[in-house]
Amino acid sequence: MVDPERVFTQADSSWLQEGPDGDVVISTRIRLARNLADLPFPSRASREELEEILLRLQQAKEHLPEAKRYLLLEIGRLSPLEQQVLIEKHLVSPEHVKDPQERALLLRDDEAVSIMINEEDHERLQVLLPGLNLEQAWKLATRLDDSLERQLEYAFDDEFGFLTCCPTNIGSGLRASVMLHLPALVLSKQASRVFGTLSQFGLVIRGLYGEGTQALGNFFQISNQQTLNRSEEDLIHNLQALTSQVIEQERSARRRLYQELGDRLPDMVGRAYGILTHARLLAGDEAMQLLSHVRLGVNLNLLPSIDLARLNRLLVVTRPGFIQRVAGGPLQSPERDRKRASLVKEQLLTKNNHLEVD
Amino acid sequence: MLCESCKKNPATVYVQRTVNGVTTEAHLCEQCAKERGEWNIVVGPTLNFPDFSLGNLFASLLEQHTGLAGAPVGSTEDRCPGCGLTYSDFREQGRLGCARCYTTFREPLKPLIRRLQGSVQHVGKVPRRHKGRAKLRYNLESLRRQLKEAVAKEAFETAAKFRDQIKEMEERLEEAQ
Repeated sequence: MVDPERVFTQADSSWLQEGPDGDVVISTRIRLARNLADLPFPSRASREELEEILLRLQQAKEHLPEAKRYLLLEIGRLSPLEQQVLIEKHLVSPEHVKDPQERALLLRDDEAVSIMINEEDHERLQVLLPGLNLEQAWKLATRLDDSLERQLEYAFDDEFGFLTCCPTNIGSGLRASVMLHLPALVLSKQASRVFGTLSQFGLVIRGLYGEGTQALGNFFQISNQQTLNRSEEDLIHNLQALTSQVIEQERSARRRLYQELGDRLPDMVGRAYGILTHARLLAGDEAMQLLSHVRLGVNLNLLPSIDLARLNRLLVVTRPGFIQRVAGGPLQSPERDRKRASLVKEQLLTKNNHLEVD
Repeated sequence: MLCESCKKNPATVYVQRTVNGVTTEAHLCEQCAKERGEWNIVVGPTLNFPDFSLGNLFASLLEQHTGLAGAPVGSTEDRCPGCGLTYSDFREQGRLGCARCYTTFREPLKPLIRRLQGSVQHVGKVPRRHKGRAKLRYNLESLRRQLKEAVAKEAFETAAKFRDQIKEMEERLEEAQ
C-alpha cells in the first residue's frame, strides 16, 4: 500500500533512478488517452457524469495486475501545494488540477504508473521509466491498457481509432516522450539545428523548465506529434531511432566542448558545484542552471563520485511545491531559498557521496 | 554571484561567446541576459511560440481547407445528439464534446484531421470488441490493393477473383456494423 505522505515528501519516484543512457536521458514516458464510449468528455460532463466515470475507472482498477499497489488520490482533497508536487513529479498535468472536483489520480507505489482520471480525457494512462526505455515502457503501458479494456468499453472508431477530446490525440492516443539533458548542444549553439531536424521528422521539442523561449537547465522533452495512421510500435521506433541520434550528437558535443574550452569547462562546473554545496540562499532558477553544469561535469568525469540518481532527485527537490510541502506550508521567498539551499546541500553531501576534489 | 551588468540581481545565466577566436564570458541575471539578447542560444523551433489557442489554429486550418475546396462540406450546422456541441463550438474551443461528435461531424472533421495527422486511417491497437471488424477492414484494404495490381498487369482472371472476394467482404462488413 502506498503511503500518501511519502508521495509528497520523498523524491524517490522510480523514474529518478539512473536508467539506460542516463548520461543524457533522464526518463521515458508513454501516455495513452482513452475515453468511455457512452459518456461525454470531461469538459462537457455534468458532475454526476464525472462521478460515474471516476467510479467505473476505480472499479476497473481492481482488475489491474498488482491492483493493491495503487493509491487513489482525489485531487479535490489535496492542498494546492500537494497538487503542485504531483505536477513537479510529472504525475499529473497542470490542466488536471485546474478544476479539481471529481478529478483523481491512480498512482502505483513506485510512481512508475499514474492514471489521470477526468483530465481532458476520461483516462490518461502514463508509464514513466528511468533513462531511455521506450520499449519497456510501451510493454507495460499496453499490458495495463489491455486489462483496463477488458472492464471498460472505450470510444473507438474504425477510421479514427481511439476517440479523444482533442483531434490531435486520436488514433493510437499515444504520446511517447523522452526527457533529455542537452547542455553541450546548447552551449555549442547546435541545439536549434538539431531541433529543426527533429521537427522535420514529426517530433515536437519543448523546454521542460522555464517559460517561453527560456529552457532552464537545458532539459528538453521530445515527443511524437502524429497519433493517427501509424502503429504504436512504429511511432515508438521512430522516436527511439531519432533520440539515439540526439544522444550521440550530445555526447560528441560534450567531448568537443571539453577539448576546446580547456580549463574553462572544469572551472564552470567546479563553480556550480561550489555554489550548490555552499550557498545559503538558492533561487529555483539558479539551482536548475547550476544543476545542469554539475550534471555535465559528472558526465565528463570532472566531478567524480556523484551518482546521477542523486542529481535526478534534485530535479524534484529544488521545485517550489516540494520545498514548501516538506517545510510544512507556504514559504515566502527568502525562507524558501534558504530551505532549498539546505535540501540541495543535504542531497549532494550526505555520506557515501562525498566529493573528492583534486 | 551578482549580475555583472546591473550588479543588483543574482547572476543565473552564464554566457560564453567566441568571436574571431577571442572568448568572452559573462555572468548575468535573467533580465540583463534578455536585454542583451543572450537567450537566443536556447531557442528551438517550437520553444518560441507565443500563447496561441488551439481553437484559432483549427479555425485557420479549416479556412485554408475550405478556401481550397469551395463551400464547407455539409452538416456543419448540426448539433451533436450526444452532447449538444455545435461545429462552431468546436471551432472556437478546438475540443470535441463526446465520442458521438466524431460521427456527427465526421465529414467536416476529416480534412482537418488529414492536415493534423497526414491521412485518416487508424492502424494501431484495436479494442477486443472491435477486432473482428477491424480485421475485415484490413483484409479488404489488402484485397483492393491486389485487385489494382492485377488490373495493372492485365491479369483479368485473377482480378475477377479478387473482385468477388471484395464484394463478399463488403457485405460481411455491412452486417458487422
